[in-house]
Amino acid sequence: MSVKEAEVLEHGTSLAHPAHEEILGEQFETLEQQNNAYLIGMWAFIVQEVLFLGAIFAAYGIYRLKYLHEFTLAHKELDWVVGGINTLVLLASSYTMARAVRAAMQNKHGRQILYLGFTLFFAGIFMFNKYIEYSKKYEHHLIPGWGYDAHAIVEHGEKKKILEPLPDGNYKIKLETEKTVTPEEFKQRTQLFLGFYFILTGLHGLHVLVGMIAIGVLMVRAYIDYKKRKPVADYMPVEMVGLYWHFVDIVWIFIYPLLYLIGR
Amino acid sequence: MAEHTAHHTEGHEHHVVPIRVYTWTLIGLLILLIVTVAAGFIPMPVWLGTVVALAIAAFKTSLVMAFFMHVKFSGKLVWLFAAAGFFWLVIMIIFAYADYITRPWEPVPGF
Repeated sequence: MSVKEAEVLEHGTSLAHPAHEEILGEQFETLEQQNNAYLIGMWAFIVQEVLFLGAIFAAYGIYRLKYLHEFTLAHKELDWVVGGINTLVLLASSYTMARAVRAAMQNKHGRQILYLGFTLFFAGIFMFNKYIEYSKKYEHHLIPGWGYDAHAIVEHGEKKKILEPLPDGNYKIKLETEKTVTPEEFKQRTQLFLGFYFILTGLHGLHVLVGMIAIGVLMVRAYIDYKKRKPVADYMPVEMVGLYWHFVDIVWIFIYPLLYLIGR
Repeated sequence: MAEHTAHHTEGHEHHVVPIRVYTWTLIGLLILLIVTVAAGFIPMPVWLGTVVALAIAAFKTSLVMAFFMHVKFSGKLVWLFAAAGFFWLVIMIIFAYADYITRPWEPVPGF
């Protein structure tokens, strides 16, 4: 006799609502236990993500310390306005995601679909802006690789009077302190910055894309529940995608100031 | 065993947080976004700019974690996992930087 059966004999039923029986996996005794298992699993995954992205941030910081002048010049190529709009959009999407989770907890399937739709919409705007940004980098030959060319950064720096080409062909970069570099060094080090930019924003964008697929799946699920007029549905998948989504938002909260803003 | 489970029968209590909690969190985050953009344009030493940017980002993160990610309303185990992630990140960064920053102090050519 299983624990569940014994419990049913003793207390009638362990489940507050008959519909809960469908949701509860047989390896769990109560929904609370099941939900906690889901939650801890998701958090363990997020902690792993923190460390994996944290290592790239740490590497970026170390090279920024070493090549502060070159990195500062290169980062002026990033569009802080588009980055800011994207921050706004992601924060708004986190809010709608939180509202979707709330609706799921209350078994309001229609409202859940609505808020998931808003989240998907904001994520779409984010990805569109990323596309605009990436294609601008392509036009300016700022994609690291064979076609990389630092001319756009040099011209920009000259215009802002923080870079001065010296008669011997080297560049003098004038920030708080001055630094003279050869064109070859300048090319390599600005390319390194853009490498970090593409790795960080690329991985982040990939996470957004995965999140969008997950949200799409949740919307289909919620639609089925809505059609069936299910009184109680398992809200945990929504909660977990929500946790993932907020985490992706947090990553952007760090990317935006560290890549786009500091040293403006 | 039956006693143990009976204790949890009413137990799938999930917190449905009032909407205003989410709304205020969003408003707080948007204000901090404006602050961080403004701070980026105020002329200040590089190290200070970085510290300010990181402090604001950390504050925004704590808002997102506490309210959007429900850490404030979750059990101790979730709290422990969130804290552990932060703790290990700090270890990784402090030890890596302690290495790279002190290398020039060594009397050998290095980083």
